[in-house]
Amino acid sequence: MTRFDLTRLPRVNAVLRNRWPQFLLRAITLAGFAFTILAGLFGSIVGSHNFAIIFVWIAWWTALKLFFIPFGGRSWCSICPIPMAGEWLQRGGMLEPSGKGMGLKKRWPRFLRGNWLQAFGFLMIGLFSAVTLTSAKITGIVLLAIILLSLVLSLIFERRPFCNYLCPIGGFTGLYAQAGPVEVRVKEAEVCAAHSEKLCYEACPWGQYPLALKSSANCGLCMECLRVCPKDNIVVNLRPWGSDLQAGTRHNMSEAFLGLVMLASALVDSAVFLGPWGGLKMAAYTIGSREWFVFAGIFLVSALGLLPGAYALCVSWTNRLGKKQRSLREALAQYSQTLVPLGLMAWIAFTVSFAFVKFTYVLPVISDPLGWGWNLLGLHQAAGVGQASPFSLFLQIVILAVGLFWTARVNRRISESWRQAAPMIVFSSLFSLAMLWLLVG
Amino acid sequence: MMKMKKETLARFIVIGLVLIAVAVPLGGKLLAIIRDRANTIDLHASTPENGGWSVDKIQVGVGQPLHLHMTSDDVVHGFAIGKSDRAALEILPSEYVDTTLTFDKTGTYTFYCTHWCGPNHWRMRGTIEVTGSGPALALDPVPLYVKLGINIDLPKLAGIVPSGVTSAERGAKFVSLLPAYVFDKETYQTSSPASLFLRLRAESTLKPLSDADLWDVIAWIWQNQSTPTALAEGQSLFSANCASCHGESGQGNGVMVLGLPVWNPGQQSAAQMQATDTGQTRFRPPDFTNPQVLLGASPALLEGKITRGGMGTGMPYWGPILTQQQIDSLVDYLYSLAWRSTGKTPQ
Repeated sequence: MTRFDLTRLPRVNAVLRNRWPQFLLRAITLAGFAFTILAGLFGSIVGSHNFAIIFVWIAWWTALKLFFIPFGGRSWCSICPIPMAGEWLQRGGMLEPSGKGMGLKKRWPRFLRGNWLQAFGFLMIGLFSAVTLTSAKITGIVLLAIILLSLVLSLIFERRPFCNYLCPIGGFTGLYAQAGPVEVRVKEAEVCAAHSEKLCYEACPWGQYPLALKSSANCGLCMECLRVCPKDNIVVNLRPWGSDLQAGTRHNMSEAFLGLVMLASALVDSAVFLGPWGGLKMAAYTIGSREWFVFAGIFLVSALGLLPGAYALCVSWTNRLGKKQRSLREALAQYSQTLVPLGLMAWIAFTVSFAFVKFTYVLPVISDPLGWGWNLLGLHQAAGVGQASPFSLFLQIVILAVGLFWTARVNRRISESWRQAAPMIVFSSLFSLAMLWLLVG
Repeated sequence: MMKMKKETLARFIVIGLVLIAVAVPLGGKLLAIIRDRANTIDLHASTPENGGWSVDKIQVGVGQPLHLHMTSDDVVHGFAIGKSDRAALEILPSEYVDTTLTFDKTGTYTFYCTHWCGPNHWRMRGTIEVTGSGPALALDPVPLYVKLGINIDLPKLAGIVPSGVTSAERGAKFVSLLPAYVFDKETYQTSSPASLFLRLRAESTLKPLSDADLWDVIAWIWQNQSTPTALAEGQSLFSANCASCHGESGQGNGVMVLGLPVWNPGQQSAAQMQATDTGQTRFRPPDFTNPQVLLGASPALLEGKITRGGMGTGMPYWGPILTQQQIDSLVDYLYSLAWRSTGKTPQ
């Protein structure tokens, strides 16, 4: 399939190889992260006037889904500030490794590998989202806890344990990065195979060996392999969307679980934040109340029971329709690819629905980030809630339709025939219809 | 060597940027502290369930300007000074409003929220202590109900009420027959309509009048103590401050008490009327359109109830908020609810 190697462009190559541009971006995001924590902890408790709520849950969350992932895969991970402090200590250098790092460098326990903990983390975000996404203080506490946890884990385990196995957003971006148009790969496999030093593997904070990279799910685009490769055998490709979603690629059960949790979360977030049900919003908000336990019960049963049950049923049906003998476990892992375009487009549609309405809060909050009555840039004004325009509704329908069409194509690509793909297309259609009903009504 | 220099620069950049990020909120806090010292107070409003006013006791010297920098941390609130003509200010969530107050008399002033912000809205009050040398606020006179020793917590249901619709206009025809004490302000203030009816019923000069005629006379006496302006003011005060519990029509069915059982006079004991821990009564307020309720109460009793609040019923005290004239207007308006309902079967 067509690929374009970005490192062939001299300027881009220079920027990617140089540590400074990426470092400066990370330094800025780290300062922004510190400011967000302080704004959350000490700023106004009115979410619409607090930088922590508006920038994390409106601006960044929107940018991640509408820009970073669709156009750059895990590009956010390459400038994410969360692992910076831990990596500085681990590598003994902020800009580049000095070889005098500290930490126990233990291996992450085998039984905790995969996307299970990330999926669990995302499930927790969904369960408590009504409070986390609206309370600046809770947002500040969660961000502070995340950065401290990442630091502590970096001192115990090797590389980036938090990003690899715990970060719910890492799970989200990793899963959908498979559909993204950027990849890091090797130029010629033979060159790597003949090279015994494996400097790229040693330098990779994600623990990836570029020669073995078949999916972009676990590559954080940090460009360390590109910088250390003495053979100039690493490329950064622009590629068609969805290139990782192929018949020959390897997938595992934890990916399927993560994909299903993402689908369930998209449905629940749409129902809670965009639905007309006041009782549901209150139930999601009043953590610890009887109503919340009912909400949590329904959410968990849907995410862990109904949706995986329906998925397993459809995959089992699909499996029986094929000629090739394959265990249900293998099929469940293989068909997890179909959840990628389905979930990604559902999340984009969900984001479009609120981005149009809530983006008016962004400029005023830059002028008064803590909600203390400042007007730093003269942009402070009473933030009005925008209107859901017919265009945004139309766009959501188109996005969901594209998602369904794309999912159907992936289904067909990894199936022997359209007939075999049919059960999973039915599953995807039912999910898309549910999203359509929740978003557009 | 070059590598070390780059690393040092990188560290300097990161630490510098993070310090700037930390300095912005810290600097802001510092400015707020400096401003507080310059007689400007950051006053945050929250519902009483969330803590009420962030500062509920303010001290200022007489004649000194007091700058308030106010915002709401949750819902829409209002700010006003009790017994003052100053217009109330609206405080919107995270929008800031500034005001400057100067007090020319020493004493204690009450500031309060003017919006129904939550079930305990009325508890959202604070005080401004004005000290220094200068004239003092006039002390409130001892309320009439205290002087008269009226127990305002006991239900005072009228033993007798008009059987038909009363008319002050019809009652005016018998004014010449009335004894002189009827026209005393004190008689009006200390008598309930029912008790004055019984007193006049015993007058030999009024023997020819039927009970209906005599109730018309009582209605005229009560109307004569009021004015259309006072009734309009009373209605406005009732809507703003009382209707959320007592209901817009005075039937005791305001939005704040809709979940409570209806008060049934005579059926429930004083113990049953005790408030819950949250200060909310266990029953709805009485129905003012039931003539039995208000025709048994004297203006002194109603004034006392409004001034001091209802012990154990969740009824707020309005003494520090309303002026005597406002309380009188409110009492006039309350009676108008009862007179309008005479001859009707209470719902």
